[in-house]
Amino acid sequence: MKRWLSLSLATAILATAAAAGAQTPKQGGIMRAWQRDSPGSASIHEEATYSTNFPFMGVFSNLVIYKQDVAQNSMDSIVPELAASWQWSADNKDLTFKTRPGVKWHDGKPFTANDVKCTFDKVRDLTQDKFRKNPRKAWFSTVRDITVQGDNEVTFHLERPQPALLALLASGYAPIYPCHTSAQVQRTAPIGTGPFKFVSFKQNESITLARNPDYWKPGRPYLDGIEYTIVTNRSTAVLGFIAGKFDMTFPLEITPPILRDIKAQAPGAQCFTAPLNVSTNLIVNRDKPPFDNADVRRAMALTMDRKAFVDILSEGEADIGGTMLPGPEGVWGMSKEMLATMTGYGPDIAANRAQARKIMADLGYGPNKMLKVKISTRNIATYRDPAVILIDHLKEIFIEGELDVVETSVWFAKLARKDYAVGLNLTGNAVDDPDQAFYENYSCGSERNVTGYCNKELEKAFDAQSQETDPAKRKAMVWEIDRKLQNDVARPIILHDRKATCTGPALKGYTQMVNSVYNGYRFDELWLNR
Amino acid sequence: MGAYLVRRFGLMLLTLFGISLIIFVLLRLVPGNIVDILFDSAGMVNPADKARIEQELGLDRSLPMQYAAWIGGMVQGDLGFSYVSEKSAWAEIGPRIPVSARLAGTALLFAIAIGVPLGVISAVRQNSALDYALRVMSLSGLSVPSFWLGLLVLMAFVALFGAMPIYTQESRTWTEAILLVLVPAATVGFRSSALIMRLTRSAMLEVLRQDYIRTAHAKGAYPRAVNYRHALRNAMLPVVTVIGMEAAFLAGGLIVTETVFNIPGLARFLVESIRNRDYPIVQNLVMLIAFLVVTINFVVDLMYAALDPRIRVGG
Repeated sequence: MKRWLSLSLATAILATAAAAGAQTPKQGGIMRAWQRDSPGSASIHEEATYSTNFPFMGVFSNLVIYKQDVAQNSMDSIVPELAASWQWSADNKDLTFKTRPGVKWHDGKPFTANDVKCTFDKVRDLTQDKFRKNPRKAWFSTVRDITVQGDNEVTFHLERPQPALLALLASGYAPIYPCHTSAQVQRTAPIGTGPFKFVSFKQNESITLARNPDYWKPGRPYLDGIEYTIVTNRSTAVLGFIAGKFDMTFPLEITPPILRDIKAQAPGAQCFTAPLNVSTNLIVNRDKPPFDNADVRRAMALTMDRKAFVDILSEGEADIGGTMLPGPEGVWGMSKEMLATMTGYGPDIAANRAQARKIMADLGYGPNKMLKVKISTRNIATYRDPAVILIDHLKEIFIEGELDVVETSVWFAKLARKDYAVGLNLTGNAVDDPDQAFYENYSCGSERNVTGYCNKELEKAFDAQSQETDPAKRKAMVWEIDRKLQNDVARPIILHDRKATCTGPALKGYTQMVNSVYNGYRFDELWLNR
Repeated sequence: MGAYLVRRFGLMLLTLFGISLIIFVLLRLVPGNIVDILFDSAGMVNPADKARIEQELGLDRSLPMQYAAWIGGMVQGDLGFSYVSEKSAWAEIGPRIPVSARLAGTALLFAIAIGVPLGVISAVRQNSALDYALRVMSLSGLSVPSFWLGLLVLMAFVALFGAMPIYTQESRTWTEAILLVLVPAATVGFRSSALIMRLTRSAMLEVLRQDYIRTAHAKGAYPRAVNYRHALRNAMLPVVTVIGMEAAFLAGGLIVTETVFNIPGLARFLVESIRNRDYPIVQNLVMLIAFLVVTINFVVDLMYAALDPRIRVGG
């Protein structure tokens, strides 16, 4: 059924693209978009939410980027931007980019290869002027050095081969910043080489971009500018979209019930449903008794009825998978057959729970001796709702959970202190690539590894898959790692959510990416048919 | 009179000082600070970076030092800077003042223009069908939550006109600007007008039973003149108090309306700033709102004397 849905979705996207492609793009017009919240800053490198990528990706260019009109990000869809070409060395340890000549920053200064070095030296925390926070430093941990040869050539020297480096550089999270501006400037009034120049960012109000007439891609962008209006109330924003105030909703923010309303009230709107590549997952503090006992963790994994989560939370519009996003949208996800063999994924929930109850009974728990625990989660509906269902499922195996709603501002601080026993978390994968997912979320010492899971053997397997150049072999290695992560109850993935983006009838050329919500907002090919 | 003004002014300063202390302490009692929020959007915490930013923002200093720096800066006209936008606090607060002032002022005008006359009519026509209808209207005004009414109004606009009066970018025409203020103001004003109407009605009923009103009628004075010149003036004292309280509420309490209509005013900004633990913004905004509230109270006190010559300020 899901496959049919996906196929029909793909057909719909293709049909839309074909319809848009049949028309000749028009120059001009201001696109009006709904922005769901006020981003922490304009500096993409410093933030870890697509609330920043959506409005500010258009200001920048990358070295390479996922092709903006291809829905599925993969190694095959990577195209040059500020790089004119790239070349791996024979030992796959040096990646050299020839950069595009004649490109100007928005302040008129010339872009050179040195700006690439400056950017990634700053990301690697090697510069005097530092980012306030640097969430993706770990992405570039294999980079030993970056050298510049003249104005138009830059080489990344790696400790070991890492083909996926290109995938990381193609992410919306890897824009090139100028050497001549500080991190503070990039946070408040960013300068880039992208299709749109920054005009203003009014906190909780609006973000405005204007067409960059000196954009390096001739004839682009089509739009004269983009106005992002920050509307924190979703009902107001959706009504605004229906009333024609916006040409586009915030990406993948439309839930199934709201989607039905939009389709009924704005028949001209085009809506695309896709996975966000954000997983809802269970986190367990492995240092806190009795959760230091692998059997308790295993029982918890066994009691979860993932289908119930999907049906209750998303009206069936979500996917069950492992760490990697399942297909057909995800490139690296395991098949349903494989998933069914893993701890807690089997379809016979009653049998799973019977097994879990036996484990708990052997540990001395039962109906008269419940294990009491606080289930910590952020005070946000998308966290709270699954946490409530989790409490219900845990009750089946003699675990009496009490919801511990944590003020959202201190959530990560609490996790970093390991001041929790059991929690419910959401994890976004910016790039549908195992290197990003494994190193960021499961490698020993990673700042984003909130559970502190550390398995040295598995870490070796991370490195092995990362160096593998044959995609088929790498996929097999990735599946094995993912299987071990789930069986080890490292951070059991409950579901991968799906939501929708809607565009108004006038907006053309938008492609909703289906395996990352972070990479598709360059907007140089968007145009308005008004 | 002079001594009274000096005493009231001194009290105002004392009140503001107390509020400054309360808001300063309360903000720091709330778990997490701006640096936690900054890291929240990065999905991680790096203790070394956190300590560095806290030092940069002066959050590593003792609380008395932080308080003294804030008050010292305020006295010199330096409100500090927003930790989030890294702009000066005044650059963030200043442009939002006229937005909220327009909304609050229009809402208050709407409330008075509707509430007072309807209250008088309701009292004069006591127990008539019109009185019942107006009482039901005022009760519904008090019972309907603002956010629900706001959403209902927006939905009605979308359904009837295919458009809706919410702020997107700065309004491009005068009519658009007026509509953007009038509709939310009417939504807020509806609740306030209901309150004013009920109070006017009960105050009027009390006054209308007085002997001098009967005398005025007996002398053959026009009913309208009796109702509005003689009765209303004497019934206005409690009404003015409520109008003052409503004005104080509207000065900083329009969070729901500003959120539903997406108005970039002070109240919504204040709530967002509290969420962000943006101390300089929250502290200065609260002080601004507190200043407005104490000033409004002061003006209301002065109006008592104007309305009722028996009351003499300082007497």
